[in-house]
Amino acid sequence: MKLNLALAQINTKLGDVDSNLAKHMDYIKQAKSEKADLLVFPELSLTGYVLQDLVASVAHKPTEDDPIFKHLLRESRDLDLVVGFVDEDSRHRFYVASAYLSGGSVVHVHHKIYLPTYGLFDEGRFFAWGDSIRAFDTRFGRVGMLICEDFWHASPPYLLWLDGADIMLFSSASPGRGLNDKEKLESARWVERVTKAYASMFTSFVAHANRVGYEDGLHFWGGATLFDPNGEEVVIGPYNEEALVFAQMDLNQLRRTRARLPLLRDERTNLVQKELNRILGSD
Amino acid sequence: MINPSLSINTDLAREILSGFIKSEVTRAGFSRAIVNLSGGLDSALSCALAVDALGAENVLALRLPYCKSSPDSLTHAQLMIDQFKVKSETIDITPMVDPLINREPNISNVRKGNIMARARMIILYDQSEVFKALPIGTSNKTEILLGYSTQWGDAASAINPIGDLYKTQARQLSRAMNIPAPIIDKAPSADLWEGQTDEGELGFTYEEVDKLLYLLVDQRYSPQECIDAGFGEKFVDVVVKRIRRNQFKRMQPPIAKISNRTIGYDFLYLRDWGT
Repeated sequence: MKLNLALAQINTKLGDVDSNLAKHMDYIKQAKSEKADLLVFPELSLTGYVLQDLVASVAHKPTEDDPIFKHLLRESRDLDLVVGFVDEDSRHRFYVASAYLSGGSVVHVHHKIYLPTYGLFDEGRFFAWGDSIRAFDTRFGRVGMLICEDFWHASPPYLLWLDGADIMLFSSASPGRGLNDKEKLESARWVERVTKAYASMFTSFVAHANRVGYEDGLHFWGGATLFDPNGEEVVIGPYNEEALVFAQMDLNQLRRTRARLPLLRDERTNLVQKELNRILGSD
Repeated sequence: MINPSLSINTDLAREILSGFIKSEVTRAGFSRAIVNLSGGLDSALSCALAVDALGAENVLALRLPYCKSSPDSLTHAQLMIDQFKVKSETIDITPMVDPLINREPNISNVRKGNIMARARMIILYDQSEVFKALPIGTSNKTEILLGYSTQWGDAASAINPIGDLYKTQARQLSRAMNIPAPIIDKAPSADLWEGQTDEGELGFTYEEVDKLLYLLVDQRYSPQECIDAGFGEKFVDVVVKRIRRNQFKRMQPPIAKISNRTIGYDFLYLRDWGT
């Protein structure tokens, strides 16, 4: 089985959801014309990243009667979508969120579980922390979604792997930093290194969509990637410019790789659980 | 002695910084930039990046000499204007500043320098209205950290593309962008009085202080770790004190909080809000 993946590394307008929706619709149209099955947008793709006091005014609920999501849900009848937004729960807590939409329905919503609040980041000041990591079933198999800082920690991808995810969809609004004499920014090299490592260690597909553009002095570097279950790069998008990046996932590669390299079969989860219990002092 | 490399990928720096100018000028509602071209390296670099971002026809370079300015400053600024084919204006600030300076025969060099820097700021902002352009900053990271600038003078701008480049990195990028050699090779100077050089006034070279600042700021070394790494104790002390003492120049004036929501504390939006 083959999955035609599209990764939209877009720029956004800060706090202008209608305008960002229009760009989503434009990219959806392009992706459809190229016969994409799944289109992944970056973190907070409907809102922009450094929202600060704009958070409450850009929040939406992923429902059919929401003025933004009704358009996206309609499009999801033709191709599956991952979009980034600010989710507001019934008690008015705001989350950095990604929604997986398919067949006109919301299949899964992930709330960012690690909110970086250090250095140039201040997410914990404005957002509530997500508290679950769940894989979910799609028409292509079992999928897991993580948002930026989530996969800077090793445990969320590991948990998704154990929960059955063979396809990991990562999205970011990663500010470029660490310019030295190397070919790429330190932040880009770091993200590419770890996403490649997850694909290798978990013998899974790992896709990453990162935005581009500027917000005040921050610059987002793009460079969408797909790594296959062998940890090989299938595609890498351009840096620092908008692009719709296409790649094909040959899902049969999961079988071929795992027949050769049975890391999933041999993973000793009982041992992990036992040692975690000991380390965390709960037994 | 730890000897960090501050060398940068100039292609990537150029792409990110000119992209920044293009994005921020456009989002502020402008299509043009204006820059005070002193004849030195930093303003030449900002000018070249603005040309990269917006095209030469959309960049206005100002030459703002004082009667006692070094003639080289004007000549070198002209080298930039000719090579990069930007629009230019030359306005002598002497008739603006002399009436103020001449009020006191014993006025200090520092005061004279500040008056000139602020007069140039007035012209920069005034001409920005004429040319419908956004003023581009020319302060590098070294001088911002050391506070080696005049507040509301040469430090004033709408956006600053080079403020995260140390002086030695600005020099490296300037070479890569083909800034005329006499500008790159001469001793950096604010040219506020005859014979003034930055390094003479500061008491150390940019080469030395950039390495120290890189360890202190970028690599988060403690002052003692810098001394242990081979930097002189007195040198480290002078630099650390300068950084701290000049924090005020790097910030908007603090507003005294009395309400529930106060600009600067809990009224938080980027400038790019809505764009």
